[in-house]
Amino acid sequence: MADDETRDAPAPADERPAAPAPGAEQELRAPAGAGSEPPSAAAKPAPAKPHAPAAAASGAAPPAADRAPQPLAKKQPTPPDQSAFGPPRAAGKGAKVAAGEVTRRQFSWAAVAWVGFAAAIGGCVSAMTRFMFPNVLYEPPTNFKVGRPDDFPPGVVDTRFVDQYGVWVVNEGGRIFSLIAICTHLGCPPAWLATQNKFKCPCHGSGYYKSGINFEGPTPRPLERARVYISPDDGQIVVDKAQKFQWEMGQWEDPNSYISIA
Amino acid sequence: MIGKLGKGITKSQIWRSIFRVGIPTDNRKRALAMLGNVVLHLHPIKVKKSGIRMSYTWCMGGTAFFLFLVETITGLLLMFYYRPTVEYAYVDMLDLREAMAFGIMRELHRWGAHAMVIAVWLHMFRVFMTGSYKPPREFNWNIGVILLVLTLLLSFTGYLLPWDQLAIWAITVGSNMARATPLLGHEGPGAALLSLGGQKLIHVGSDARFALIAGRTIGGGTLIRFYVLHCVGIPLVAAFLIAVHFWRVRKDGGISGPV
Repeated sequence: MADDETRDAPAPADERPAAPAPGAEQELRAPAGAGSEPPSAAAKPAPAKPHAPAAAASGAAPPAADRAPQPLAKKQPTPPDQSAFGPPRAAGKGAKVAAGEVTRRQFSWAAVAWVGFAAAIGGCVSAMTRFMFPNVLYEPPTNFKVGRPDDFPPGVVDTRFVDQYGVWVVNEGGRIFSLIAICTHLGCPPAWLATQNKFKCPCHGSGYYKSGINFEGPTPRPLERARVYISPDDGQIVVDKAQKFQWEMGQWEDPNSYISIA
Repeated sequence: MIGKLGKGITKSQIWRSIFRVGIPTDNRKRALAMLGNVVLHLHPIKVKKSGIRMSYTWCMGGTAFFLFLVETITGLLLMFYYRPTVEYAYVDMLDLREAMAFGIMRELHRWGAHAMVIAVWLHMFRVFMTGSYKPPREFNWNIGVILLVLTLLLSFTGYLLPWDQLAIWAITVGSNMARATPLLGHEGPGAALLSLGGQKLIHVGSDARFALIAGRTIGGGTLIRFYVLHCVGIPLVAAFLIAVHFWRVRKDGGISGPV
């Protein structure tokens, strides 16, 4: 309480003497917050007389007075001539305001400033967060044309698109489908070994049949297939990697996952 | 209830280990709060009334520091997208301007850089006009001169990064000055003296300009060199010297008063 009073004392900060050196030295070494009432209380130019008992009282129970933040509303009213918000007559007017009306004393510019500061910081953080999401990507499209069904003879694994788009186009069992070239073990890129008639992952040795079904190595499930459909414009096959079909979920029977060549 | 919770928080060990002094309600606690904080302790505990008068300081030192922070933050964000290679630098700069959300980020960096150069010059002018370079502040004046040079070098190295025609030819012209370096520039005075058995030691492929731009002409080597200097090298030195600069202001008795 005594501290609150001295903050509102009329002396400007730079004209007031600091705490005496010995006391300050002692406080610097002491653990934080352990200091009670500084020994310099009497030396302060603040109106010491009326507050002397209060100082003694707070000396008896120091930690609460030291650390508990005092809500602004409970602060001791400042003398009218110290008010930064207007001429002294504001204090006289305050008695007449209607209930529920905010008086000039209750209105806090500090609160406005803090809200404004918080809004500005919030705006900056939101802008920076949005900045981290690019609008333009230089990645290959996930949706692309690969050619007409005639271009994919039966029993052949087409490897022309694997480097750019990461898919194989396979014609097997009367169906053309597209296998995504990502190993279902840990995501490495498998290779098509035509001589051994299988997909083989170089990382941990997972192997898949031409259909994409796994048969060796640590992988727990078959390769995934991408959506394929005939473009209504020019009859070319379109591969749409955004939609995936997994064998273990029974999705390879979905008509979107293959093109029938009867 | 809320008061109890607040008290529980402010009395916890975590809180007290961070906010050691508590609410600074008097002069002594304010001083302790400043002394106990690694950043705040660079600032003087007390500032003279004249020190916060705009008409006296113009707040140009503070403005320059604020702009340094703006450049650091916006520059860091630009680094997430900009690639300092001949292939990508220009298109990445265009994307930052046109295709990004908040394309203003690049403009902030660019205009902030211009403003920082102006602020640093005005700060120097103010310090000169108020005689604040006189003892005991003569050491800090020299630190300030180095910071001025670093600011200009930041501007110079940043100027190449958009990698457009303006950038390339501006750096061509600017770095041509290094040809005339005494002894170390191949067109500079005394360079001919440095020879060994008739072989010139300082020639176009071995002089100061060659080391500066990593080649005989501005190219990909220059771009990555200026990029590293702009984003890491010079800012590190500048940040260190700014800390020294602030610390010296405090140690030399705060901001100088009117004579």
